Amino acid sequence: MSRSILSRTIGELSASHPAMADFFIGVSGQTPKPDGSVLSWLAGVGEDRLSQWGMDRDQALAHIEALAGQIDALRSSAPPEVRALTILGGINKQGQPEDLRLTLRPGELVSVVGPTGSGKSRLLGDIECLAQGDTPSGRRILVNDAPPAPGLRFSTHQKLVAQLSQTMNFVMDLSVGDFIAMHAECRMSGDVGSLVSQVIAQANKLAGEPFGRDAALTQLSGGQTRALMIADTALLSASPIVLIDEIENAGIDRKKSLELLLAREKIVLMSTHDPILALLGDRRLVIRSGAVVDIIETSEAERANLTALEQLDQTLMAVRHQLRSGLRIDSPVEEMLPWMR
Amino acid sequence: MRVITVAGPPSVGKTSVVDKTARLLKTRGRRVGVVKFDSLATSDDEIYARAGLPVAVGLAGNVCPDHFFVSNIDDCLTWGQGQALDMLVAESAGLCNRCSPHVQGVLAICVVDTLSGVHTPRKIGPMLKLADVVVVTKGDIVSQAEREVFAFNVRLANPRAAIVFFNGITGQGATELVHHMENAPSVEGLEGRRLRFPMPSAVCPYCVGETCIGRDHQRGNVRKMNLEGPGA
Ligand SMILES: Nc1ncnc2c1ncn2[C@@H]1O[C@H](COP(=O)(O)OP(=O)(O)OP(=O)(O)O)[C@@H](O)[C@H]1O
Ligand SMILES: Nc1nc2c(ncn2[C@@H]2O[C@H](COP(=O)(O)OP(=O)(O)O)[C@@H](O)[C@H]2O)c(=O)[nH]1
Ligand SMILES: [Mg+2]
Ligand SMILES: [Mg+2]
Ligand SMILES: [Zn+2]
Ligand SMILES: [Zn+2]
Repeated sequence: MSRSILSRTIGELSASHPAMADFFIGVSGQTPKPDGSVLSWLAGVGEDRLSQWGMDRDQALAHIEALAGQIDALRSSAPPEVRALTILGGINKQGQPEDLRLTLRPGELVSVVGPTGSGKSRLLGDIECLAQGDTPSGRRILVNDAPPAPGLRFSTHQKLVAQLSQTMNFVMDLSVGDFIAMHAECRMSGDVGSLVSQVIAQANKLAGEPFGRDAALTQLSGGQTRALMIADTALLSASPIVLIDEIENAGIDRKKSLELLLAREKIVLMSTHDPILALLGDRRLVIRSGAVVDIIETSEAERANLTALEQLDQTLMAVRHQLRSGLRIDSPVEEMLPWMR
Repeated sequence: MRVITVAGPPSVGKTSVVDKTARLLKTRGRRVGVVKFDSLATSDDEIYARAGLPVAVGLAGNVCPDHFFVSNIDDCLTWGQGQALDMLVAESAGLCNRCSPHVQGVLAICVVDTLSGVHTPRKIGPMLKLADVVVVTKGDIVSQAEREVFAFNVRLANPRAAIVFFNGITGQGATELVHHMENAPSVEGLEGRRLRFPMPSAVCPYCVGETCIGRDHQRGNVRKMNLEGPGA
């Protein structure tokens, strides 16, 4: 690697990534001559500038070398492929063994249900850190049938897991378009402009009131925020596993949201108290006292009920809509529910 | 004894991170002690004491806490050895973005939070740029996208560091940080060791008691802003 940075000109290195160009300008306080070498550039930088920047000459050289390596790595890093995610049981809160060996595959949606405090978030946390018997539950997680190598487990480079939860919000003081572009640039591939348009268009299919790229990120409504997070995670996050911790009251089209994530061949686990969301899953894990005590395949009868539940939900949504629109809610609700009559 | 320096801007979650990680280390039979460096006052020692960790406090008063740190860290090691610690963690206030307590051959951790803005990693000096591990907290309140952009910017600001996402409230991430701490080099003493980067002396007239504003009073190490350049 050192040979390669020493043989590249400042101009070539600067062109590799804006962060490299920023480094040269930041350290020396001016745009460097593009045809010079790193060593001649560094020789021309005063002690005072380096000290202000917070590095000595050797550290600056080591930094350029590491940055060049990092840029190459970011450019070439394909999302890690997960063909199978296996959860091996640990112990429940009383210390008794949890009888579990469950394998999930891309495009699969599993819901996680159970009383408050039973350990749903703990299970998602175990997957997030690819636990190896070293969390309170003692569970172990296998990736492609084997324990993940420390390099995979402890690498932020190739995070396997993306997370969405009710508590998350956008906090950056930027427009939607500028921020999504910034996220797209992290992928270091693809046409940023068209990725941004796709993400915003998808988000608008999930949320009620449409928004444009000039909207301020922090001014989006709760539903718009959730919709943008889901569209962004589906289209821009490289992580093959998505963990959703309770997004029920988000005011978005939840079914379309999940379909969008599953269409990108993600493995989705979703903790929920909402029957409609739970029944959208292929199966659901029932948690009690810190352990998975049952795995229920969504049956035909349940799917049939799902349709009725969705009608119920749509009815309620229609009433909410009336409320929001400033209308009275005095027409008989039974008439909106055919089977109640 | 393994020694670990933990630095980062105020309120990013340093104490929460050290507390949660030390508790986990304790369950694995490690004896962990903490020295907390701050400027005027701290109550962090109570949090550490509640976790059952031996703790010492150093208050820098009117000198930069990082300067104060260097003058005292070797004595802290002696204290830690007296306490028969396996691991000594030094939490420093990180009030000075320019100084950094990181020592060569000692595991250096920098804590930053995702709330502080996407450009923050670029703006923090040697404290972040020369750390071995950058711990990123408060990911639980921002979006996945912001976490990814933040981590990307940390990687560009310090391409050598390992990045650990940490939830200071639940302790998620502690397993990963323990992995790095268990691999910290052991040191017997710090006598003769070097800081990773010199701390600026910055002795201007105001450092030594000048209170009067005006050109006539500004002698010695004085830097002036350029307000005449293009764009000014
Ligand atoms: N197997 C286990 N062994 C020990 N502790 C556990 C186990 N499972 C869960 N816990 C602990 O129990 C507590 C509650 O669990 P958790 O937060 O996951 O509940 P939850 O099902 O997500 O609840 P809610 O519906 O309120 O969000 C946590 O502190 C968690 O670490
Ligand atoms: N939501 C959230 N809050 C956190 C997290 N880490 C720390 N905090 C909170 O941030 C505040 C400051 O944390 P503290 O550990 O004292 O920061 P320090 O000054 O860097 O030591 C406390 O109220 C913590 O509970 C985190 O990951 N998420
Ligand atoms: Mg929960
Ligand atoms: Mg603290
Ligand atoms: Zn200082
Ligand atoms: Zn001064």
